[in-house]
Amino acid sequence: MEQATAAPLKKTPLNSRHRASGARMVAFGGWDMPVEYSGISEEHMAVRTRAGLFDVSHMGEIEIAGKDALAAVQRISSNDASKLAVGQAQYSGLLTPEGTFVDDLLVYRLAPSHFMLVVNASHIQTDYAWIADHIAGMGDAVAVDASSRYALLAVQGPAALAILQPLTGIELATLKYYRFAHGEVANVRGTVSRTGYTGEDGFEIFVPPQSADRVWLAILQAGQAAGILPCGLGARDTLRLEAAMRLHGNDIDDTTTALEAGLDWVVGWNKPGFVGAEALRAERARGSRRRLVGFEMTDRGIARQGYEVYVRGEKVGRVTSGTQTPFLKKAIGMAYVPAELAADGTDLAIDIRGRQTAARIVPMPFYKRGKT
Amino acid sequence: MAYPAAFKYTKDHEWIELAGNRGKVGITDFAQQQLGDVVYIELPDIGAAVKQGQSFGTIESVKAVSELYAPVSGKVVEVNQALKDKPETINKEPHASWMVVLELSDPAEASALLDNTKYETLLK
Repeated sequence: MEQATAAPLKKTPLNSRHRASGARMVAFGGWDMPVEYSGISEEHMAVRTRAGLFDVSHMGEIEIAGKDALAAVQRISSNDASKLAVGQAQYSGLLTPEGTFVDDLLVYRLAPSHFMLVVNASHIQTDYAWIADHIAGMGDAVAVDASSRYALLAVQGPAALAILQPLTGIELATLKYYRFAHGEVANVRGTVSRTGYTGEDGFEIFVPPQSADRVWLAILQAGQAAGILPCGLGARDTLRLEAAMRLHGNDIDDTTTALEAGLDWVVGWNKPGFVGAEALRAERARGSRRRLVGFEMTDRGIARQGYEVYVRGEKVGRVTSGTQTPFLKKAIGMAYVPAELAADGTDLAIDIRGRQTAARIVPMPFYKRGKT
Repeated sequence: MAYPAAFKYTKDHEWIELAGNRGKVGITDFAQQQLGDVVYIELPDIGAAVKQGQSFGTIESVKAVSELYAPVSGKVVEVNQALKDKPETINKEPHASWMVVLELSDPAEASALLDNTKYETLLK
């Protein structure tokens, strides 16, 4: 959805901080974002072994509130929001009637009838329009694009809790995974959730945009002794790939169903009608035609998005995400293959610049952190 | 990092260290900075023929795949196998990390290459 003349790139409140710190910047989904600071591999390893700090303020926040807010969220979001306590979040999908992804998101229950949906940066406007369209006429429920009210920082890694705790009165050890709490961080009022996109323990911190820089610096300073590093989108991508977290636009999009994507757990099977429910129920009954699998290269070579995938000489699909990742030091990736060919251990061939290169389906996630 | 006067350079950020009829080839400090962390290189076999300006291999960072372009035409007579196992040395010592040694088929082609001053000017 590019415009004929390039619109200026959007900037997060930390844009000058990133530039002043020497980050290499890249255009991402209409935003001017840091792709790396000291290097993708170094940043990736920092998150796996110590801690990393990410600016993800480009993400969108859409709030839905009103007496009928729960019913509205239940309609447009695939997961069952009635299971959420106040102070709890869940991963979900905004699905088309075919059960494919408009976007993936986190749903936060701020109050019994007040929800915050955190959506991908490149889809904020389309998601908002889609949501508003689908909840129109649903009674007392209104959607607001509140993205400009929030900056979002993510501290991720085994040392994240120890680094963040001195900066906040929130008892982080009692904040369970996918729970959030309001409080102060570096004397700035905000919300801290125990969530992330790296496969490590960590926290995402919502603060007002004008305070983002202060909180960013405070976290870097607090984490200096522990070896925290500022991290960019490059490491964010390699980390989430090792953890087999899907990326909308790569592994999931409006042509892939929640079942095909292996995300049947984001479907609220027992809740009444949501967009995509019928299609998904039908697919569950008859079985999916294809499935998203993880693979690793067994020959030398790196599989990348778009490369063709072959099984027993027949082209079956394309790589959706792939690279060599710094922690595992393996070339891994994901691809959709026909359901009958999706078993672990199945041999694949990836066409890498004209050469059929051997790979094998492996279980996902590729990386799982040890119990802390 | 300084660009050695003993090397010649291409617009595509390769360097070649000529000695008689042979040349050691690598990529410049600028190139490795642009690439980011190198994780993989694909080099030709010994005996392969290369043409000036054409791709003789690929170099990959986490995020991207780039072609390696031959500074001169000739034949591959040596390949740095050790570099294939430790491609990250290219980031650390780009001007010491030779990839292939070429035997030149047309030494006159070397006159089209840039000296270090001209290459540094190109980077400005």
